[in-house]
Amino acid sequence: MTEKVNSNRRNLLIATSVVGAVGVGFAAVPFIKSWLPSERAKAAGGPVEADFSKLEPGQMLQVSWRGQPIFIVHRTPEQLAVLPELNPRLKDPLSDHSIQPPFAKNIHRSLKPEYWVGVGICTHLGCSPKYVPDMVPQPFDEQWKGGFYCPCHNSRFDVAGRVFNGSPAGTNLVIPPYMYEGETKVIIGQMAEGEA
Amino acid sequence: MGKAASKNMAGRLLGWMDERLPVTEFWNKHLAEYYAPKNFNFWYFFGSLALLMLVNQILTGIWLAMHYKPDANQAFGLIEYIMRDVPWGWLIRYLHTTGASMFFVVVYLHMFRAFLYGSYKKPRELVWIIGMLIYVALMAEAFLGYVLPWGNMSYWGAKVITSLFGVIPGYGEQIVEWVRGDYLISDATLNRFFALHVVLIPFVLVFLVILHLAALHQVGSNNPDGVDIKKLKDENDKPLDGIPFHPYYTVKDIFGVGFFLIIFMGIILLKPDLGGLFLEHDNYVPANPMVTPEHIKPVWYFTPFYAMLRAIPDPLWGAVVMFSAIIVLFFLPWIDVSPVRSIRYRKWPYKVALAIFTISFVGLGYLGLQSGSALQKLMAQIFTVLYFGYFVFLYFYSRYEAKHHYYKPIPERVTH
Amino acid sequence: MNRFILIAALALASFAAQASSGGETLEPANTNIRSKASLINGAKYFMAYCAGCHSLQYQRYNRMAKDLGLTEDELKKYLIFTGAKPTDTIQTAMTPEQGEKFFGKAPPDLTVIAKARGVDWLYSYLLGFYADPERPIGWNNQVFPNASMPHVLWRLEGIKVAEFETHTDDHGIETRTLAHFKKVREGVMDEEEYRRTVRDIVNFLDYTGEPAQLIRMRLAPWVLLFLVVFTFLAYLLKREYFKDVH
Repeated sequence: MTEKVNSNRRNLLIATSVVGAVGVGFAAVPFIKSWLPSERAKAAGGPVEADFSKLEPGQMLQVSWRGQPIFIVHRTPEQLAVLPELNPRLKDPLSDHSIQPPFAKNIHRSLKPEYWVGVGICTHLGCSPKYVPDMVPQPFDEQWKGGFYCPCHNSRFDVAGRVFNGSPAGTNLVIPPYMYEGETKVIIGQMAEGEA
Repeated sequence: MGKAASKNMAGRLLGWMDERLPVTEFWNKHLAEYYAPKNFNFWYFFGSLALLMLVNQILTGIWLAMHYKPDANQAFGLIEYIMRDVPWGWLIRYLHTTGASMFFVVVYLHMFRAFLYGSYKKPRELVWIIGMLIYVALMAEAFLGYVLPWGNMSYWGAKVITSLFGVIPGYGEQIVEWVRGDYLISDATLNRFFALHVVLIPFVLVFLVILHLAALHQVGSNNPDGVDIKKLKDENDKPLDGIPFHPYYTVKDIFGVGFFLIIFMGIILLKPDLGGLFLEHDNYVPANPMVTPEHIKPVWYFTPFYAMLRAIPDPLWGAVVMFSAIIVLFFLPWIDVSPVRSIRYRKWPYKVALAIFTISFVGLGYLGLQSGSALQKLMAQIFTVLYFGYFVFLYFYSRYEAKHHYYKPIPERVTH
Repeated sequence: MNRFILIAALALASFAAQASSGGETLEPANTNIRSKASLINGAKYFMAYCAGCHSLQYQRYNRMAKDLGLTEDELKKYLIFTGAKPTDTIQTAMTPEQGEKFFGKAPPDLTVIAKARGVDWLYSYLLGFYADPERPIGWNNQVFPNASMPHVLWRLEGIKVAEFETHTDDHGIETRTLAHFKKVREGVMDEEEYRRTVRDIVNFLDYTGEPAQLIRMRLAPWVLLFLVVFTFLAYLLKREYFKDVH
């Protein structure tokens, strides 16, 4: 008799607890999700346009997208030519472990080879690296062939944002999603259909 | 590692804890070995439901504070921001607004239970008084929270209520300015109301609720028969008519919570404004110091007292009567000195009186929502007299009951 | 004790009934928030006739498109006339100062107007315009006398004038009440079509008042069903435990 009562009670206890726990789980979802970016934040973080028709070869332009600096570099043929020979000195020359849209997983890390678009934030601890275009030896690197240098902890990147061996940063600079609208204008934060 | 071993581990951890913190002692004293009368009925759900609503308000309130700013230029828009742009913000806000009204529903029913079964009487006077303090703190909290959306009703409600300080003879005007921090209800008022609403009053409420429960557990729970279960005990010194709160009443209260949540979520998902009762139409108009809403009235849970305020022609006396209506409740344990607790064993005059009192209170609540015609004003005056009349009646009647044993025979043990 | 519950229940019921019935005589709008076609039609008319003066400053275009089942292209083609981005809120080109100059009072934002006034009021208001030469703008309104808003939909409805009746009560005081309308010029829509259009506009404003209502009404049956199951299990558990109690 007591055996039966106890098993009945145990089954009901388990059933109520399981359904109750599922309910609490569902109830937690709105509270957790309310921390996600709001529609206002999404609207403010929407795609931005950047027109670089006046950017001379070798120069860099900086725009802001979602509160982060976006670097746009017009690379010279010399800067592009040096990229393949740097491979042995890089941590991730083929960008296998770095963040970029599929279209930028190539040696120049961009849609068009001459224009580089990347997030200007060091992948080490979030400082903003400096653009050092001159292909002459630097105090921090005697074989410098142009690129980005982070003064915070001496991370070094080539002009395609690829990180050099010996840098504290582990991966290449992040490439944001972007697409061309015309010859010298990009929309950052949006990709052409079929690219995603 | 077997089941016994893991059980042993847990036991050792509990032992380690118990040496440093009275975990088991607390659990036993307040749940597993807290003996409650076995005849709790429907009216005994509302205590645990009030606790549920307190937790709901604190939790959803913290989450709302993550998206709200007490800024007179932004507040109205931020509510709409929460309702639209914040993921699930609408649900969190409705949980809070509907929660506020349902908190009062539950608290009013909880208080009415005390009237039915004489739960305020000796030895539970302090349970009652602390409960009344919770009620007053809750009203302050609700009023302050109502101002935060900065709609036109928020604005004018705040204006009317803070104007009440103006009736204080001599210093009224200065006190009103001090409360508002400006010559009108403004950003400064909104800021301080926000601070009080989210920090000070919640602290006070939680502290009072702990005291309320501590006082209750010191004397033990009353029951629908009003008999003292501690008088008759078995050979193990356990009350014959008592059952441990845990598991019996925890299980029963979980059922009560489920039932309540069906109603609660039903309102939130199907009719969150409840036809203007829980969220008023005029509060969807931004605060405008130049235009008063046509029918200015507080939310339903304040309307019984608001109707009294309006029924008295003189503002000072109106305020005095309104506050007296609340203060008189504090003295209930000494007004009603009858040895009988439960209405079950009191004779018909008490039942009639309580019925009239209840109708008066609900009637005042209804009248407070209306525009206030001459007839309605007269009715409010009658109900106000009947409201106070209950306490006068009870003062004399309970003394008569005590002196002449004018009540039905009270059983030794609880009935059902 | 049961008597008290009964009394309280009766009191509450009469209280709720009273609270829900309004004072004015308004025509029921009978909108259907679930009808996407009605909402889309209402949105089109709102954007064409109302959005010039009235903003919906808390409503985002893209949220509206999503809730009304429109693609971004359809949104840009049919509903955005201002060059705004889809993520923008619906603003108007008119500044409050201009509004005040043109109408004596800046046209209010209408995002939550349906919450403030109710759909029946809006419906009756939009049907209540009549030509009145005594008013500076030439229009008056039955529901909102001396409103400063002109009848922007007159091309659709046509023009009607009001005919008044004068009553004299027992004390000899004369009151003038609006008896009925007379159509003096036909519009491009007939009566029924015009009413349907107004109903769609009101329905759209009901939507912008609380876009979340679409979500919560969709959620309601599932949440309540879940809670009923939970409560039933909790009841069985409670009954099981209370077998011990005699």
